[in-house]
Amino acid sequence: MNRKEILIELKKVLAPYTESKAMLDGINEETDLIKDLNINSANLVDIIIDAEAQYNIEIDFDAAEKMYNVGNCIDVISEKINKPA
Amino acid sequence: MMNKILKYLPYKSSFLFVDNITSIDENGVTGDYTLKSDSYFYKDHFPGNPVTPGVIITEIMAQIGLVVLGIHLMVNGVQKDIVMDEGSFPLLTSTDVSFFKIVLPGEKVTVISKKQYFRFGKLKCLIVMHNEGGEPIAKGMFSGIIKNAVKKDQINE
Repeated sequence: MNRKEILIELKKVLAPYTESKAMLDGINEETDLIKDLNINSANLVDIIIDAEAQYNIEIDFDAAEKMYNVGNCIDVISEKINKPA
Repeated sequence: MMNKILKYLPYKSSFLFVDNITSIDENGVTGDYTLKSDSYFYKDHFPGNPVTPGVIITEIMAQIGLVVLGIHLMVNGVQKDIVMDEGSFPLLTSTDVSFFKIVLPGEKVTVISKKQYFRFGKLKCLIVMHNEGGEPIAKGMFSGIIKNAVKKDQINE
C-alpha cells in the first residue's frame, strides 16, 4: 500500500472520532489530529486500536507517541505493514 | 475484602465514593458504596425529596470501576511502560451511561466493572451498578486516563 492508499483508509478510521467532517474530507499529511480535527486526545488510543485492526498490525508505545498528525500516522502504518512482525 | 488499594485513592471525605472492594484482578473489579443520608447534595437535590443525582451515580461507578481498577493495574505493574507519581491523578475522558432506577439516601450499591482494554495509559470498562436486590441501577461504558503519569524509563534519566 502506498501513502495515498493508506491516507484513504485512515480517513475511514478517523471518521467516527471527529465532528469536523469538512476538515476530514480535506485532510493532508500536515493535518493535526487534535488541533485540526478536534479529536478528544484520549480517543487517539481508540484510533490506534482501530488502525491495528484495519491494517492487521501491532503498534507499540514508542510508535503510538508519534501518531499526532496524519503524516506521522502514515509513517508508522506504512513501516509496520511493510515489515511484518 | 481487598481494601488495601483504597489508600491510593486521591479522593477525600465528601467526594470519596468507595467503601469496599470485594474482588479485583487484571480484568475487572467489584466494589460497593452506601449512600450517606447526610451527604451535602441531598439538601438541595431535591428539597424535601432527596434523590441521588445521576452525576453522583456516575462518579461512584467511575471511582470503583475505573479508578480503583486503573490504580490496581498500575500499582501491580500490569502496564509496564507507565507509572504514577505524586503529580498524577485520574481523569475521566468519556462516559455513556443509562439509568434504570433511582437511588435513595442510605442505599447500598454494588459496582461491577469489566475491562475492555488498558493501553497507552487509557482504561476502558463496561460498568454496571446494582442495588441490594440485584436490580440494575445504571450501566455504561467508561474511559479514563491517569493525567501526568510518567513513562518508566524517564524516571531513571
